[in-house]
Amino acid sequence: MKRIIYREWRIPPARYWSLLGILAAVVGIGALAFAYMEHEGHWVTGMSNSVVWGTPHVFAVFLIISASGALNIASIGTVFRKPLYKPLGRLSGLLSAALLMGGLLVLVLDLGRPERLVVAMTTYNFRSIFAWNIFLYSGFMAIVIAYLWSMADRHGEPYNRAIGIFATFWRLALTTGTGAIFGFLVARQAYDAAILAPMFVVMSFAYGLAIFMLVMMFTFAEEGRPIGARILCRLKNLLGIFILGVFYFTLVYHLTKLYGAKNHDLVGWLLLDGGIYTFMFWVGWILVGGLMPLGIIYHPVLSKERNWIAAACGLVIVGGLASMYVIIIGSQAYPMQMFPGQTVLASGFFDGVQGEAAHYRPTIPEVLLGLGGVAIALLVTSVGVRVLQFLPESLADDVLPVDEEKIVEQGPASAKA
Amino acid sequence: MGKTTEMKDHHEPTDRSADPGPSDSAPSDSGRRAFMGVAAGVTAAVVAPGVVLHSVTAAPRSEAVTSDVRWGLLIDTAKCVDGCSACVDACDRENGLNLQSKPASAPQEHWDDQKAVWIRKVKLQDNQTGRVTNLPLMCQHCEHPPCVDVCPTGASFKRADGIVMVDRHTCIGCRYCMMACPYKARSFIHEVMEDQLTRVPRGKGCVESCNLCVHRRDFGEESTACVDACREAGHEAIVFGDLKDPESNIRRHLAEMASRQIREDLSLNTGVRYSGI
Repeated sequence: MKRIIYREWRIPPARYWSLLGILAAVVGIGALAFAYMEHEGHWVTGMSNSVVWGTPHVFAVFLIISASGALNIASIGTVFRKPLYKPLGRLSGLLSAALLMGGLLVLVLDLGRPERLVVAMTTYNFRSIFAWNIFLYSGFMAIVIAYLWSMADRHGEPYNRAIGIFATFWRLALTTGTGAIFGFLVARQAYDAAILAPMFVVMSFAYGLAIFMLVMMFTFAEEGRPIGARILCRLKNLLGIFILGVFYFTLVYHLTKLYGAKNHDLVGWLLLDGGIYTFMFWVGWILVGGLMPLGIIYHPVLSKERNWIAAACGLVIVGGLASMYVIIIGSQAYPMQMFPGQTVLASGFFDGVQGEAAHYRPTIPEVLLGLGGVAIALLVTSVGVRVLQFLPESLADDVLPVDEEKIVEQGPASAKA
Repeated sequence: MGKTTEMKDHHEPTDRSADPGPSDSAPSDSGRRAFMGVAAGVTAAVVAPGVVLHSVTAAPRSEAVTSDVRWGLLIDTAKCVDGCSACVDACDRENGLNLQSKPASAPQEHWDDQKAVWIRKVKLQDNQTGRVTNLPLMCQHCEHPPCVDVCPTGASFKRADGIVMVDRHTCIGCRYCMMACPYKARSFIHEVMEDQLTRVPRGKGCVESCNLCVHRRDFGEESTACVDACREAGHEAIVFGDLKDPESNIRRHLAEMASRQIREDLSLNTGVRYSGI
């Protein structure tokens, strides 16, 4: 094992500025989309009084939970004392802060009155889990910055583990809080399940790690920095475990709902006749976001190919967005059961007439705003790694610390196996 | 609707005359100070009546709302007539909802789900027995309103007299209350408002819902627009009153007939009760 050296991202300026230019263009288009929606009002979106949160929330919640998931790598190194993960801690922290920034921006820019953000910052109702989240989010940002300082500055090192432990608890609280935004809603059948909170935590593990791995592989490949097979193998195996975790929670969520007769219609609709939501669930969430990446990750040959591992990460991200779409939009589209045992024959306000689900079709500005948030996150990351020493010079097998289990069992010589 | 017009007058801006208009008193040779004095005097003379008038009309509203009363509605679904929309139309007029206009390029069906609706008619059929029920549905004015619990800024609030409403000054348009309401009672203003009533201000980007004609409450009136309209249509399916007063009309009705709350399982203790569901 050698000393880990961190160095700025020194890809050729032309390439770097092209990348920044593309990201800035996407951010700019997102800003225009926001300006359009803000100027006209939300009637230009697919959102309505039935589906009140739309595509921007899919992106925002995805980015926010991914933010907390991206911090996992740092936590594994600091809190669980896995030396192998330590060199990745700085990138993990930076990406985490960047993703949170992107997600929050999308969330805020989709408000009906975004200019009243200061009201949200100064007037609180502490019974609201939303108000709690404002503190959880801003606190998370501050803690991550402190965490980065403790990782990068010699003066901060003594506090590193304490801050790391605190950050781990905070990020768990943050994702629990985000899941609870939905899980605490008694009004809608598909929500009203506390399991959504831990499910969001596990989802954050998977989505955050997938994004982290892609960013790491891209930045390293661009500059020709080596990534050893050992660290890649560990990360992809970890991703596999997290995907299985998402599967487990998805299964228990549906079994919980299915057990009560009152929810039979809901589960039947979601899994069989929900149209786009059924498709998104089976094809997006389960197949693309779960089975396919698992197939790659545990395939004897493909799992050793970097491009395939990157593809698995990409699939997890696509599946993650699909899962958010189902959870956020599908759950709203399903009509609220105000009159159990009765069929709504007519309604002046779309109360699920004859059991019909509410209509929602994402519009281009909504998607552009969401993509703008993604671009903000990547832009912040790109600038961060360029100007500061976030990336280790090498993650080659001989540079990285040995796996501590191997030290105990067999000694450092066989650690490479 | 004479009452409505009258009430609108209460609220019409009375300070229009306060606008001094184009001034013809240019600064004279006596200097700026003298001009300022004159200007102040003129302004005071013009504005003062408006201020006085305002304070007179505002008198009843200066009394704080108390929890001695709890306003509520009782809906007798047996009297609610299929196809009648008197309550809905009256609410639309009373609260300026009929002033909403569909943006030219908005598809009609999408717009129907985007415009604000405070009260709607719902027609139900029992799956087992086939019995058909008609009822109006609006904000249920819960004692424990989920919309109030979830609102991050406290803009969604419950008055001491039980009315649940939105403070449009602190609503940030996050729509979490709409996610939380079990009755789909809330609407978001999706479009720029060009025309609105003074008594029911409305702006793009905020959430709103039935407030039991709160402007009428503040002027000590005894009914709501929907109740009046239903009575005028000859149905008397809706009764308004104080749920805390044992002598009130609504309490007498509640004592006589069996009534229920929609989604009783949530234990929200709604201020709107239904008989025959």
